[in-house]
Amino acid sequence: MSLLIASKIQNNPKYLQLVKQRDTLSWTLSALVCIMYFGFILLIAFAPQIITQPISDTSVIPLGMIIGVGVIVASALLTGVYVYKANTTFDPIVLEIVQEASK
Amino acid sequence: MKTLNTILFTILTLIVSGAAQAADAVASAVVSAVAPASAIVAAAAPAAESPLNWNAIIMFLLFVAVTLVITYWAATRTKTATDFYAAGRGITGLQNGMAIAGDYMSAASFLGIAALVYMNGFYGLIFSVGWLVGWPIILFLIAERLRNLGKYTYADVVSFRLKQGPIRIMAAISSLIVVIWYLIGQAVGAGQLLHTLVPQISYRTAIVVVGALIIIYVTFGGMKATTWVQIIKAGLLLGGATLMALGVMSHEGFSFEKLFSDAVAIHPKHLDIMKSVVPIGAKANPIESISLGLTLMFGTAGLPHILMRFFTVTDAKAARKSVLYGTCFIGFFYILTFIIGFGAIVLVANKPEYVADISKSILALKGGGSMPAVYLSHALGGDFFLGFIAAVAFATILAVVSGLTLAGASALSHDIYASVIKKGKATEKEEVWVSKMAVIGLGIIAVLLGIAFEKQNVAYIVALTFSIAACTNFPILVLSIFWRGLTTRGAVLGGYTGIIGSIGLLIIGPTVWTKVLAMGPAIFPYDFPTFVVLPTVLIVAYIASVTDNSESGKKEKEAYDAQLIRAETGLGAETSASH
Repeated sequence: MSLLIASKIQNNPKYLQLVKQRDTLSWTLSALVCIMYFGFILLIAFAPQIITQPISDTSVIPLGMIIGVGVIVASALLTGVYVYKANTTFDPIVLEIVQEASK
Repeated sequence: MKTLNTILFTILTLIVSGAAQAADAVASAVVSAVAPASAIVAAAAPAAESPLNWNAIIMFLLFVAVTLVITYWAATRTKTATDFYAAGRGITGLQNGMAIAGDYMSAASFLGIAALVYMNGFYGLIFSVGWLVGWPIILFLIAERLRNLGKYTYADVVSFRLKQGPIRIMAAISSLIVVIWYLIGQAVGAGQLLHTLVPQISYRTAIVVVGALIIIYVTFGGMKATTWVQIIKAGLLLGGATLMALGVMSHEGFSFEKLFSDAVAIHPKHLDIMKSVVPIGAKANPIESISLGLTLMFGTAGLPHILMRFFTVTDAKAARKSVLYGTCFIGFFYILTFIIGFGAIVLVANKPEYVADISKSILALKGGGSMPAVYLSHALGGDFFLGFIAAVAFATILAVVSGLTLAGASALSHDIYASVIKKGKATEKEEVWVSKMAVIGLGIIAVLLGIAFEKQNVAYIVALTFSIAACTNFPILVLSIFWRGLTTRGAVLGGYTGIIGSIGLLIIGPTVWTKVLAMGPAIFPYDFPTFVVLPTVLIVAYIASVTDNSESGKKEKEAYDAQLIRAETGLGAETSASH
């Protein structure tokens, strides 16, 4: 990567915006996963009676089982959200930035 | 190269002698086999009396034959260093997603989670969740930037703008500790599993066979062979686990409510298996639960053999897709293992043919604690399905061990030999040669340690590897990618704090201090030290970096801009091989 291209990219407002946008999405989604997961872990650690209460009077299934499977499914869904956003929004911007810098 | 030929000859001799031992065992077993009754009853009985488990052996040999053909195919296409370390960067997102699943879903998580659920019920789910949630973090923070910045190892990324020598030595040490300990765990697991299922094969023979096979896969076929072994294994494991879960659910009329009530009725602890958030009988310990959570989540994102997989794909987009596929496969698999564990309570517990001594405990199984999933396959599909699942479990170990060995070898050859010793002046040929020697060395070390640890309690090994990965590789990698202020001094001091801190606290913790060394009550009362060590590493790295006013430190901070451009746009990233 030549210095010229680097400085062009560095001064392209689209690039600065891309970095900001992508970082925001990355850290927001990471925080979401951490909140979900550590929410689950903290419930286990400090409020096991909530986690272990059955989902209904006639059922043996504890609420925590639904939450746990829910965390797995939600994690997979959030990876899907990121991939969709990156494919549709970020990739075209990166392409533009690179093309503009190579001119 | 003459030396190479000699070494290859030595490996072949090793394999032949291993095979000869196995053949001996097989021959004596065939002679002594009386009636081909249910192989499973004999599983824990003395070798001389048991019939041979042909289903398992034939399916295992079939897997070996297929993988050796693939290795031959891969060897003819492995010419450059990029081919060897990164499969020519020609792996697609879907293929890499499967390979990631194959690399990550170890026998420990298949047999282990099923066994945890079988013994403790709901508690096992905590592990399933913990082992999955690292993946989204890898995608959001690491995967694409790693692919854009690195070449073959994660140390490439950390040393991108920092000093090569000290960074790579630190990274190689932590990688090798993780790889070698993980290898011991896998080797001991393989030896015990194979010996239990096919008692005619001794523990040692089983480990030698594993060692020989992975040396062949990795030295000849490099990352291409490793990737395809992992893909095939992931397919087999997902297929096998799906069939087992379907078998369980069809037995229970496809009702989860019935599955769980039947399990509660049969399990000796009854409703406790739905109420306990710690292993049954253990005291609740909030800090331990949190530390375990941190270790599982961030340990995943710091495993060197997992990080290495991202260098095999064509570009950042494929890296991203591969995590999505990988997360879906792994999440699906962990939900299956949970069903399998409960299925084993219903179908395996209290059955005289599987339980060691039914008058003492209806849970304790013949052949030890990791057997519930294996016996469940027998309860569902007889000797044939048992043979299939046994072969799958063995294939699982081979695939994980191949990935580990390659990651360890690349730390030695790419980080230590080529970058530190030769200061980047080694030719590609020399580097790959050193790598192959390292594979052979690591394979032999794994075999020797596997034999040495035969009678040891290896449960703490997972804690050790995940703790070091979570406390060293993960924080240093994330800081180097996202924090402009990180300097060599910060990364190195932080890294060694992670290595020494996690090993030190594990040694004075309950598992090693009390159980392994029998030194009495532990000095550090927690099994997982991550909740102390991870924040300490971040603080040390931060303080050591901000107080670093050296000229080189300033340059390293300035070089962050160029690193960021490459990480974000992929300009200058390693491209895929053109042949």
